[in-house]
Amino acid sequence: MAANIYPKYTSDGSRLGNLLEWFDARFPLTSMWKQHLSEYYAPKNFNFWYFFGSIALVVLIIQLVTGIFLVMNYKPDGTLNAAGIPVAFASVEYIMREVSGGWFIRYMHSTGASAFFIVVYLHMFRGMLYGSYRKPRELIWIFGVLIFLCLMAEAFMGYLLPWGQMSYWGAQVIINLFSAIPFVGPDLSLLIRGDFVVSDATLNRFFAFHVCAVPLVLIGLVVAHVLALHEIGSNNPDGVEIKKFKDEKGVPLDGVAFHPYYTIGHDLPAITIFLFVFFFVVFFWPEGGGYFLEYNNFLPADPMKTPPHIAPVWYFTPFYSMLRAMVWNFFWVDAKFWGVVAMGGGVVILAFLPWLDKSPAKSIRYRGPIFKTLLVIFVIGFLILGYLGTKVPGYYFFGFTPAVNEANEVVFSPLNYLLSGDLIAQIFTVYYFLFFLTMPYWSRIDKCKPVPERVTTK
Amino acid sequence: MSDQKVNSERRTLIMATSVVGGAGVVAAAVPFVASLSPSERAKAAGAPVVADVSQLKPGEKMVVKWQGKPVWVLRRTPEMIASLAKVEEAGKVSDPDSEKSVQPEYAKNKARSIKDEYLVIVGICTHLGCSPSDKLKTGAEEGMAADWQGGFLCPCHGSQFDLAGRVFKAMPAPTNLDVPPYKFLSDTSILIGDDSKEA
Amino acid sequence: MQAGSGKGDDQMKTQAIKLLKRLAAVALIAPALAMASEAMHLDKWPAADHSDQRSLQYGAKLFINYCLNCHGASAIRYNQLLKLGLDEKTITDNLLFTGEKIGDLMKVSLSREDAEAWFGTAPPDLSIIARAKASESGSGADYLYTYLRKFYRDPSRPTGWNNVVFSNVGMPHALWDLQGVQSLLEETDDDGHVEHKLVQSTSGTLSPEDYDKAVADLVGFLVWMGEPVADTRKTIGIFVLIFLAVFYVLAHALGKNYWKDIH
Repeated sequence: MAANIYPKYTSDGSRLGNLLEWFDARFPLTSMWKQHLSEYYAPKNFNFWYFFGSIALVVLIIQLVTGIFLVMNYKPDGTLNAAGIPVAFASVEYIMREVSGGWFIRYMHSTGASAFFIVVYLHMFRGMLYGSYRKPRELIWIFGVLIFLCLMAEAFMGYLLPWGQMSYWGAQVIINLFSAIPFVGPDLSLLIRGDFVVSDATLNRFFAFHVCAVPLVLIGLVVAHVLALHEIGSNNPDGVEIKKFKDEKGVPLDGVAFHPYYTIGHDLPAITIFLFVFFFVVFFWPEGGGYFLEYNNFLPADPMKTPPHIAPVWYFTPFYSMLRAMVWNFFWVDAKFWGVVAMGGGVVILAFLPWLDKSPAKSIRYRGPIFKTLLVIFVIGFLILGYLGTKVPGYYFFGFTPAVNEANEVVFSPLNYLLSGDLIAQIFTVYYFLFFLTMPYWSRIDKCKPVPERVTTK
Repeated sequence: MSDQKVNSERRTLIMATSVVGGAGVVAAAVPFVASLSPSERAKAAGAPVVADVSQLKPGEKMVVKWQGKPVWVLRRTPEMIASLAKVEEAGKVSDPDSEKSVQPEYAKNKARSIKDEYLVIVGICTHLGCSPSDKLKTGAEEGMAADWQGGFLCPCHGSQFDLAGRVFKAMPAPTNLDVPPYKFLSDTSILIGDDSKEA
Repeated sequence: MQAGSGKGDDQMKTQAIKLLKRLAAVALIAPALAMASEAMHLDKWPAADHSDQRSLQYGAKLFINYCLNCHGASAIRYNQLLKLGLDEKTITDNLLFTGEKIGDLMKVSLSREDAEAWFGTAPPDLSIIARAKASESGSGADYLYTYLRKFYRDPSRPTGWNNVVFSNVGMPHALWDLQGVQSLLEETDDDGHVEHKLVQSTSGTLSPEDYDKAVADLVGFLVWMGEPVADTRKTIGIFVLIFLAVFYVLAHALGKNYWKDIH
């Protein structure tokens, strides 16, 4: 039905016009163009936070293109070459040194991985600020959470490919997590690795998933995410529905055509600023201070020697902290399993947000002090969890040395607790889950301001 | 502000943005296209190689790998050299003076070589890239026609070449086999892939 | 009990004071300091004086003479040294071993089996060692600059050598004829802190200052080798950023022009 509302293109008699008419008669070209771009009406009050969807799409394209070119020279091979270096590791250095432009392509891909998460975290946070997950946009949000999950899988498997020390031991540790699942765990982790330790077999299957299977799913989900959005229409910083007020042609009064006003008028300059920052990192700061490219990953994987400190890449660390925070055995199942539950649950719980939030107002602009306070603590907590995830267990803030007794046990003293990374990680892990689980209660009683009928503009 | 002014300003800006943006996209494509060209490793593997011909007996052929391609060094006997004229007189050769073929200037002669005795040639058929087989002996001994004077036969599409790598008439291969740049370092050692004057 | 808790209070007080001092410092350079908590002291590699072509060439010479016997640099080809201003003839005549070609990789002359038998572990490939050794304590160059200057005699070790920043290192002091021999002295200061100090016991062919310069040059070469394209990368980067800035001005103006329709 929907396709019929857009008239087919009729030629102006020119050769190009005739070709277009021929094509449009056989393919929904103009209707797709109109439905998704020139006659897709987005609220006219989008702000800064609404850049990140388009930017995420740009990063996806960067990753796909650079990825394809990297695959042309990368070799997923864990065996040692004549110089005693694993072939996979050597092939990355080969790309960096011997392939013309290879360093540029590789740095774009490695920087793109981190950029993807920065952009996606901000995009998700926008959803929380303005209640973009609320009815009727639940499915858009769920597709989004699935994209986030896919992205984590993609990043995790991609990180094994350079076959450095962090690649190897990071994968070893994370895959071993699965062995914590009762009954099937040990067999499952064996099945994932295809060997008793992370090995050439693991590298090859991760390669297949990273370059082929996961990207396919990811692209499919991105399409679903956008289609679902365009079916409902975008939310906005006021959290009001623009479709309530339409002019005689059925165009929302507060809507503007996505193209050109948002594509060119809004996103193009924003994408340029993003690319400025992105290429600044690519050209001047590709290691990202050891966070985008970890220093230990410049050492080839050595299955006989674990580096002194293993931490996942920064974008996993908030969830990794949740994993480490679980140190208690419940219900006769070890803490290791609950750690996995916390880490997985930390992501999965996001999917339930549309049903947990009972607030009468969607946007933070009209929500009450409880939400604002709890959200600020939530963000700070998430950042601190992320920071602590990069640190060794038993970390103390500000280089603090805890007071100990003669037996070298940490004594009971306020500072010993206040500055203990482990304890603070536990507190914020509990907070993270409580924030969501108690949301049905506090979001209902929070004192919201009246929500306007129409969007507001400065 | 009138609509017209907005529109003309907009047209100018669209033009400028498209031109600059297009230039940016082209520039960004450069490293990607460049990455398709031979890498430093391929270039190093394609570096000139030395062929030591001191052990090569008259009538024998050796194969040297240069840029990943088979390069033949054939030490021709006086009979073999004489066969070249016979083939040409019989009118079999399609490009006897190598006018259309690829070779350095110093090999653009009847024997297609610096010294008649040594033929240095890339053993890849100019048709579709197969490597021709040796049919060095004459006539029926090689399973060829009775008047075969010795040469090479491409197994893929049957192109025939004489002992200077010159292609016969009415064969799929368009030109004679390529001669690579080369030079004699001494009487018994040939540098293939480099014919520069110095050192 | 009373006394015990009083002692606890004192302890807390000193801890609190320590903490306040720290917090004051943290306020200035918070992230850096918080990260440097596990730091070991490294001497700063004097980059400025040791990144030009001449010092890189000298570093390359030292590397090939002193390091390449045991360590490979299998990601580097000899002909890449042309970029350091060395000419082909110098490389072929002085740096290549017999039978090697200028396009060859800098492979190690020592076999892995021998190396494992002699040092317990195969010496690592040094192509990207300068990037791998970076840590919270300092850059990889700082680490290498410190490491190569902090070897000392230790008869308890199989090689007779030990190192201040890499204790019980498997590698002997390859540059000892240049530096001479150092030994480790333990000194106890007034607070009872034990401090370790290196003292020169025999002098080498270079004066201590010249040795430091030589090591700095060698480290410069290792840094260059870690990413030979680094300088090109930064040069191209400037042009890319200028381009994007120009493009932003246009895109922004065009966007503003479009939005005139709306308001």
